[in-house]
Amino acid sequence: MDGRSGKKLGLKERYSLMTRGLGWDTTYQPMDKVFPYDKFEGIKIHDWDKWEDPFRMTMDAYWKYQAEKERKLYAIVDAFAQNNGHLGVTDARYINTLKLFLTGISPLEYMAHRGFAHVGRQMRGVGPRVACLMQSLDEIRHSQTQIHSMSTYNKHYNGFHDFLHMIERVWYLSVPRSFFDDAYTSGPFEYMIAIGFSFEYVLTNLLFVPFISGAAYNGDMGAMTFGFSAQSDEARHMTLGLECIKFMLEQDPANLPIVQKWIDKWAWRGIRVLTLVGMMMDYMLPKRVMSWKEAWEIYFEQNGGALFNDLARYGIKAPKCIAQATIDKEHISHQAWATFYQYGAAADFHTWSPTPSELDWLSQKYPNTFDKYYRPRYEYWAEQHKQGKRFYNTTLPQLCQVCQIPMLFTEPTDPTKLCYRESDYKNNKYHMCSDGCKEIFDNEPEKYIQAWLPVHQIYQGNCFPEGTDPTKPGFEPLPAVLKYYHLENGRDNLDFEGSEDQKNFAAWRQLTTTNL
Amino acid sequence: MPVIAVKKYEFAPADSQDKFHGAQLLYIGWEDHLMFCAPFAFPFPPDMPFGALQQNVIPGAFGYHPDLAKIDWSTAQWFKSGKPFKPDPAKSLAENGLKHKDVIRFRTPGLTGIAGCCT
Amino acid sequence: MSNVFIAFQRNEETRGIVDAILADNPGAVVTEQPAMIKIDVANRMTIKRSTIEEKMGRSFDLQEMQIHLITLSGHLDETDEEFNLGWKQ
Repeated sequence: MDGRSGKKLGLKERYSLMTRGLGWDTTYQPMDKVFPYDKFEGIKIHDWDKWEDPFRMTMDAYWKYQAEKERKLYAIVDAFAQNNGHLGVTDARYINTLKLFLTGISPLEYMAHRGFAHVGRQMRGVGPRVACLMQSLDEIRHSQTQIHSMSTYNKHYNGFHDFLHMIERVWYLSVPRSFFDDAYTSGPFEYMIAIGFSFEYVLTNLLFVPFISGAAYNGDMGAMTFGFSAQSDEARHMTLGLECIKFMLEQDPANLPIVQKWIDKWAWRGIRVLTLVGMMMDYMLPKRVMSWKEAWEIYFEQNGGALFNDLARYGIKAPKCIAQATIDKEHISHQAWATFYQYGAAADFHTWSPTPSELDWLSQKYPNTFDKYYRPRYEYWAEQHKQGKRFYNTTLPQLCQVCQIPMLFTEPTDPTKLCYRESDYKNNKYHMCSDGCKEIFDNEPEKYIQAWLPVHQIYQGNCFPEGTDPTKPGFEPLPAVLKYYHLENGRDNLDFEGSEDQKNFAAWRQLTTTNL
Repeated sequence: MPVIAVKKYEFAPADSQDKFHGAQLLYIGWEDHLMFCAPFAFPFPPDMPFGALQQNVIPGAFGYHPDLAKIDWSTAQWFKSGKPFKPDPAKSLAENGLKHKDVIRFRTPGLTGIAGCCT
Repeated sequence: MSNVFIAFQRNEETRGIVDAILADNPGAVVTEQPAMIKIDVANRMTIKRSTIEEKMGRSFDLQEMQIHLITLSGHLDETDEEFNLGWKQ
């Protein structure tokens, strides 16, 4: 049978009639009043009907397939929990990647849910409204499935206990949080380029494939299963993002420079957030999937290259930051791990020295940079740790005003020199980590001067538990900050060696193979 | 450049000096010593003598590094916002022209970190 | 010429889907990773319902691929009969 439908409506027509075909223009109030936010950004849309629906799932198909995914997912989550699947991971250091995920990514899924709901309300075209609504549903599904999947780890390991409290307070979590706050407080079209296109299309593979593959390689069926389950929704999100940019560019040539500016900004902001993923891939997975450098080459240079070649017909150029990102791919993971290693007393996950064979893997994967610039510090620190002098940096770092990462990045032309950039605005000075972040600041300074920078907030006295008196003699700010974070000192932080997680994992794993 | 918005978009900065209880922020970096992943941020009283940086602050914050004990302050080079800067240790931060959120670096010639790789 | 790609979870259902893609897209390159299978094709990939049904031995709705899909690359055109990915260059 060739499956030709004959008298039935095709998928495209069915979907169209069941979505935009049901919409109408308002008459009691003018459309501009009902949709007050879809013109102010300067994006011109002449014909909303030209929107081509990406994935055409009417509600019957949507619920059917989403329900199937949920059944499969929770069956696996149950089996994983029942079987003490957590003891099957390669080694307990791996579990720290999940702490980073739950505190740093899962809250963003929730923000994405709100963002798409908000944007969906603001667009006057029915096609994108429906697509945004479906994505909003998907995103809250993701936050819930992630929370459920991680809950099994929360029963046994430290650091998973208060992710909602931490996302608004902990210093490194302001990096992903401010990324989303920036997108969420932009107009609807910028939000679609920031999240729908730059994050969901260009960069998503660099977040999800490493985490999911990392889970698969390290025996973590729980995380792997939610990852795959979420990814099946992501494919729809990717097509929405791509359609969005195509639609904007096809509607009016005046949209091109606005869209280009957003692509440049959001590619860079996304790349900076992905520093955490690079570090995860190169340092936190006991069984590594591939290096950050390799992932970058496959998913950004090749795949992104194909995408921007395609978009060139509209006049779109690949993001400005590519030259810097190409250099950075050999450095940022090492620089980031060095940062978390030394600030490990204030992290909600454990850190550790790479083993000698892990150092050798890094040398092999980074022949141009690792031995020359990074091995010496890791070897020095390991040696110091052996002598009982494990390095904990207790002085707060300078943060970038835009990406909010400590100013740990180096000059693109010289990896021995920290990169310092600054701007003066209305009689105050602001500091940025790179040309990319400086340009973002200079384009919208009034936005970024409002940033809630964790280090500055600590110094303003805003990061202590209520009732704390910092003027008391002998007051020590850092323990008070940890209390404010709901981070238990000695349990949730510090080196993996000697941690409760390490002891418990070893003891429980032994129980699975012995009877005494 | 102004933020494109539906109405006037103007806000107070989150980190103006008045919010730091009499202190001003100063960022300090030690060139060629990447063991310290980023410059440090400090709140200091504007009338703190610059010399206190050399005497107390820097040995405290950077003390973990084996090069710290070898620093010869008489040959150290200072930079403010990347430009050469000649501080007077007897004068205060403010008298040395250091304002809220200024960034200074010091370079200690001959000291190039662990294994000479600027760590 | 750039590649389009599609990646699926590795399970019994996707074996039939992958076989169908290989049959309909000469030059397709398969990369196998733990739990994931990725297929790259230069410029255009076509996934046909009829071929999948032939390989699986049962009727199949293309939207069922949703359950197994991980990621993809290229502009999508979806009908009841075909799921096509392509770049326009």
